[in-house]
Amino acid sequence: MASVQIADVRKAYGSTQVIHGVDIDINDGEFVILVGPSGCGKSTLLRMIAGLENISGGEIRIGPRVVNDVPPKERDIAMVFQNYALYPHMTVADNMAFSMKLRKAPKAEIDERVNKAAGILGLDKLLDRYPRQLSGGQRQRVAMGRAIVRDPQVFLFDEPLSNLDAKLRVQMRTEIKELHQRLKTTTVYVTHDQIEAMTMADKIVVMHDGIVEQMGAPLDLYDNPANLFVAAFIGSPSMNLLKGTIRANGFETEGGVIWPVGKHPADSNDRAAVLGIRPEHLMLDPSGLSAEVVVIEPMGSETQVVVRCGGQDLTCIFRERITAKPGETIKIRPDTSVTHLFDAATSKRI
Amino acid sequence: MTIAAEARTTHHLPQNWLVRLLDNKSFLIFLCLLPAAALLLIFLTYPLGLGIWLAFTDTKIGRSGHFIGFENFTSLMQDRVFITSVWNTLLYTGVATVGKFALGLWLALLLNNHLPFKSLLRALILVPWIVPTVLSAIAFWWIYDPQFSIISYVLVDVLGWRTTYIDFLGEPWAARWSLIAANTWRGIPFVAISLLAGLQTISPALYEAAMLDGANAWQRFRHVTFPMLMPILAVVLTFSVLFTFTDFQLVYAITRGGPINSTHLMATLAFQRGIPGGQLGEGAAIAVAMIPFLVLATLFSYYALARRKWQQGEDND
Repeated sequence: MASVQIADVRKAYGSTQVIHGVDIDINDGEFVILVGPSGCGKSTLLRMIAGLENISGGEIRIGPRVVNDVPPKERDIAMVFQNYALYPHMTVADNMAFSMKLRKAPKAEIDERVNKAAGILGLDKLLDRYPRQLSGGQRQRVAMGRAIVRDPQVFLFDEPLSNLDAKLRVQMRTEIKELHQRLKTTTVYVTHDQIEAMTMADKIVVMHDGIVEQMGAPLDLYDNPANLFVAAFIGSPSMNLLKGTIRANGFETEGGVIWPVGKHPADSNDRAAVLGIRPEHLMLDPSGLSAEVVVIEPMGSETQVVVRCGGQDLTCIFRERITAKPGETIKIRPDTSVTHLFDAATSKRI
Repeated sequence: MTIAAEARTTHHLPQNWLVRLLDNKSFLIFLCLLPAAALLLIFLTYPLGLGIWLAFTDTKIGRSGHFIGFENFTSLMQDRVFITSVWNTLLYTGVATVGKFALGLWLALLLNNHLPFKSLLRALILVPWIVPTVLSAIAFWWIYDPQFSIISYVLVDVLGWRTTYIDFLGEPWAARWSLIAANTWRGIPFVAISLLAGLQTISPALYEAAMLDGANAWQRFRHVTFPMLMPILAVVLTFSVLFTFTDFQLVYAITRGGPINSTHLMATLAFQRGIPGGQLGEGAAIAVAMIPFLVLATLFSYYALARRKWQQGEDND
């Protein structure tokens, strides 16, 4: 196990720069998730840690060692690929044993480690099968088994769950998290799915267009998004964002509705801004603002309602069951202790 | 929800015997197979059957023969030229196939890398294969000419490594190696392009996984490329062996079996004895003697083509 330091790392393909100076500190044993929309550079960054892409600038350290010029096989890392990259001509056991066989480890040790990994992942009965004879979830487990057998310094996961169906994805999410709690190996995990990031990570790194937008614990990011991108990206359903101006008596939207807002710097009056309210922070209140019900989606435990207020659609999540019908008017109010204000020009949090 | 039930008019086809016959699935299958079966019978089975029949007769050109049993074969067993041709064919096929595969695989691996002008190079590689055989045979004839050979010219007049010109086609062994070289040159493109197609089906992620698993370039070839290439390698090998074993044009155009019958392959000897020599029965017997070898090669391909265990099962990547 080792820490990983990424210092001012850059990547350019010819004259096109795709990663513009990224700094990330990953502590020993930490589970870090790089998340962002496609093309944000998260997979490239992971492949640079693995050594599959060279580093155009900056420095990557694994443990105390700078690995910029260390070939992948000497970095002592294991990677789980999106399409698993299992060797199709080898059985499950051979797939897991391959790296140790290359290192000419004694056969007894190989067998012991493979059996142990198979035991952890529930692959005992599949050791003689070939990858083609396995289901998607089983292949995923073999790919992880191959990484575990190595007992590497760092685990790298490149969107490992995106080829699985929804139900299996939830199950594997739990398994991976459990595995990490058990093995405590430093893990870097790439995904575009913010729910995966929220549920699994010790630390989330939100990337966008080759830069780090924000880094922190999942709930920190959720509660205190540093800018509009993170605010919109983290959370599902996503945060309601209203454009308007901060006034002395509240926040005036472009539609002319005045929303109550929480604490904000006194000098920010008359500033163009964006008000962010998470769906679950809107509540029913007879003295609140009038909003027209557009769509009601009962989920059982809660009710998701899309309302129109001042010409803008907002998503609300209520714990109560709603009897209103589409077209009717309800009264809503935000919980002003948890609203967010962002500067309209810089997108930064106010 | 109601749908107006309108009166529909149904048209009944006249149920005559032809309609009923064409509705019969077995008959329809038979009917559709008939043209292909007829073509095969006329142009494949009949000549093959006739050839085998001729091998057991003493037919000459212009004189129909009688059935003489295995007499042709027993006399061939004593025939030194025939025995030489069998050894020549085995040597020719063996050495040329090894050469084609070694060079073809090497070329395929090179072309699978990122090279400048890759598509142009790939097109150029095919040239030896698309040139008509006789045309390339004539070119080799010149290359191997005792007086005008460019190889001799370079070795003697340019480099000064030799004092005499090489008699490529005048000595039995020199002629054999020369023909093998020409056949190898012609066969490389087929092998290279087929194997290149096979190489491109191997996912790059497998190489990356192997790299992270600690495999060096040779180990990646040995444990990833080669086993994954095996199925296509077996097919290409079979075809290559069949083509080389039955080769006729190149040898006939360059040496005509000479000098002193020392470069005859079974195919050229069969033609030589049967057509210019007029001994149709004996020529046919030589051709028929190739069949056991070809059956062996086909059996090899049958087992090689069989899906390996790791290829079985569902592929739901």
